[in-house]
Amino acid sequence: MRVVVCIKQVPSTNRVQLHPETNTIIRDGRQSVTNPFDTYAIEEAVRIKEKTEGEAIAISMGIPETERLLRDAESRGVDRAILLSDKNFAGADTLATSYTLSLGIRDLMPVDLVLCGKMAVDGDTAQIGPELAEQLGIPHITDVSEIYSVNESEIVCKKETDNGYQVLKIKLPALLTVVKDINMPRMPSIRGVLESQQAPFEKKGSQDLAADPEKIGLTGSPTQVVKTFIPDRSNEAIQISGDIDEQVTEIANIIDGVLNDGRSEN
Amino acid sequence: MNGNVASVEEEKCILCGMCLDSCPYEAISAEKKKCKITEPGDYSGVWVFAEQQAGKVHPVSFELLGKGRELADKRNSQLTAVLLGYKLDNHHKELIAHGADRVIFCDNVQLQKLHDEYYFNTMDQILQKETPEIFLYGATAFGRSLAPRIAASLQTGLTADCTQLEIDESSGCLYQTRPAFGGNLMATIVCPEHRPQMATVRPGVMKALEADYERTGRCEEVEYMDNRRKSTEIIDEIIEETAETISDASIIVSAGRGIGSQKNMTLVKRLADLLGGQVGVSRPLVDTGWSEYRHQIGQTGAAVAPKLLITCGVSGAIQHLAGISGAKTIIAINNDPEAPIFSIANYKVVGDCVEVLKKLIAEIENKQN
Ligand SMILES: Cc1cc2nc3c(=O)[nH]c(=O)nc-3n(C[C@H](O)[C@H](O)[C@H](O)COP(=O)(O)OP(=O)(O)OC[C@H]3O[C@@H](n4cnc5c(N)ncnc54)[C@H](O)[C@@H]3O)c2cc1C
Ligand SMILES: Nc1ncnc2c1ncn2[C@@H]1O[C@H](COP(=O)(O)O)[C@@H](O)[C@H]1O
Repeated sequence: MRVVVCIKQVPSTNRVQLHPETNTIIRDGRQSVTNPFDTYAIEEAVRIKEKTEGEAIAISMGIPETERLLRDAESRGVDRAILLSDKNFAGADTLATSYTLSLGIRDLMPVDLVLCGKMAVDGDTAQIGPELAEQLGIPHITDVSEIYSVNESEIVCKKETDNGYQVLKIKLPALLTVVKDINMPRMPSIRGVLESQQAPFEKKGSQDLAADPEKIGLTGSPTQVVKTFIPDRSNEAIQISGDIDEQVTEIANIIDGVLNDGRSEN
Repeated sequence: MNGNVASVEEEKCILCGMCLDSCPYEAISAEKKKCKITEPGDYSGVWVFAEQQAGKVHPVSFELLGKGRELADKRNSQLTAVLLGYKLDNHHKELIAHGADRVIFCDNVQLQKLHDEYYFNTMDQILQKETPEIFLYGATAFGRSLAPRIAASLQTGLTADCTQLEIDESSGCLYQTRPAFGGNLMATIVCPEHRPQMATVRPGVMKALEADYERTGRCEEVEYMDNRRKSTEIIDEIIEETAETISDASIIVSAGRGIGSQKNMTLVKRLADLLGGQVGVSRPLVDTGWSEYRHQIGQTGAAVAPKLLITCGVSGAIQHLAGISGAKTIIAINNDPEAPIFSIANYKVVGDCVEVLKKLIAEIENKQN
């Protein structure tokens, strides 16, 4: 079975600071990491490949530096890695990203299974999975927390819902997005790390993919950011001063006030 | 999905404009042409996906109708709720009472469970004939799976987790605002050249209108069509009786990283119990395993609207604030006088939250005895 896992590079920290004068974002120099949810997708891809004696391929659309993360995936058992990188891909929203990924995956056909993380922690849209599935014309299941069985033609798995779960059977080819509970990712072995430096790695640009220039990058993105702003923080909270005992008495009074107010309303 | 995709499918597709499933490539480019606005007038009306689960309309649907009503009035257009499910009873009436002018519904046993494929196929069929200008979905687990699939099929944009939606009355351009860049910024996003303009909104963020059962509206039934390929089957479904969730709690004591240790979480729980409330947390506490996801407040957790919220060692990052804007009274305890949480709090307590908690618990225990 051939499994493709989609991984995204995200900043290693959420702490993005704003430059006080220019109002631009200061990205701190720390390294990027693989989106945490994607590490579970990588592990699951490798497990399925091992079980079915198949192949696991990692793919990412990103800047050239993403090679490091793809090699890291190889050190954890992925056989091949593909980086879709081109300056024309820059500025892609989820539709343009899923289009680009779909071209990369079509190049790898026949593919039986595509795995994504539940969401990327930087933008947090959780849209790529279903959009990619649609662009590939295959069914999808989101929020998969356990795979009960896999064979060449179908998968039985558990999907978390808002108020419980579903057990689903899905025909392959298909796309799944996975949540944390699905497994415990392994650490790369020393041998794996060494081998990953030599492992098959390909980089593809928009020409290699024969991408429609109208559908990639900023041009291919229906959505645009028109404004960014710092939310209004002019609110003046009432400060509760004094030493801690005074503060606590005051807090207790406020709580009483709020709770009793509610009672008299009812 | 076989090796020779492009040519084979292209051939197939020219003949069958309808089957998005089997020939996504050509169908999509066809759709794309349709969706690029040639005449903006072709797209009109505000739509809300009215999610229902287990015989009940999800509250987020009413919240979206509240917002949708405002947008439709500004555009002088109609507000439509799309309702799919089985044995839909009075749901139509409720949707109209909450602001819809029109309910498009499909009532079929296949739609009894929230099944991605059946729902998508039905929506796709409806959207072949209808061209809304705006389409809003609840950012529930199901909405977050269905909406992007529809966006890709229509080749249009989708903005996740909007906290504000405003419309330009003349152009119909929807300004969709959401937190961005990991903390200090809000971003406003538009979708100028594609329709419908689509957005998801978390439960609890928008306000539902007071139900008015005197309101009237139209109901239009859509026949369920079963001629599409089906690849998924729900073998089993477990709906857990949810205990009170933090979304409905009227009193919440919440903890952030400033609580210091997992041990101190017992203090938070104790205070919540004393007040008859629930525990909420910021995301890092879920990430480190000090608490569970169902307690998480914020953009990726629950939006809450308690009458009293006491925050302990929460900095007030924008993704967190996105979940507490509905709180009536906020008492914030933080040792950093500059913490952004104070910008939204009603009462500001600068101090060590662990010490304050210990003394506050003692004080309240005393009072209650
Ligand atoms: C896409 C995305 C989505 C996100 N979604 C969410 C979400 O849904 N919910 C969420 O909460 N976060 C979310 N986050 C994370 C968010 O950006 C913040 O990182 C997080 O809310 C910070 O949590 P915190 O306030 O507990 O921790 P910190 O920011 O570390 O703040 C700890 C605070 O405690 C104070 N403190 C320390 N010690 C004490 C003490 N002894 N007494 C009193 N105060 C003390 C400090 O001054 C500080 O203000 C998201 C981030 C991203 C990028
Ligand atoms: N640029 C990308 N390259 C590869 N995979 C991606 C990319 N962006 C998102 N994904 C995949 O889609 C999932 C959801 O991302 P998002 O929709 O951005 O929240 C991630 O967990 C990845 O598996």
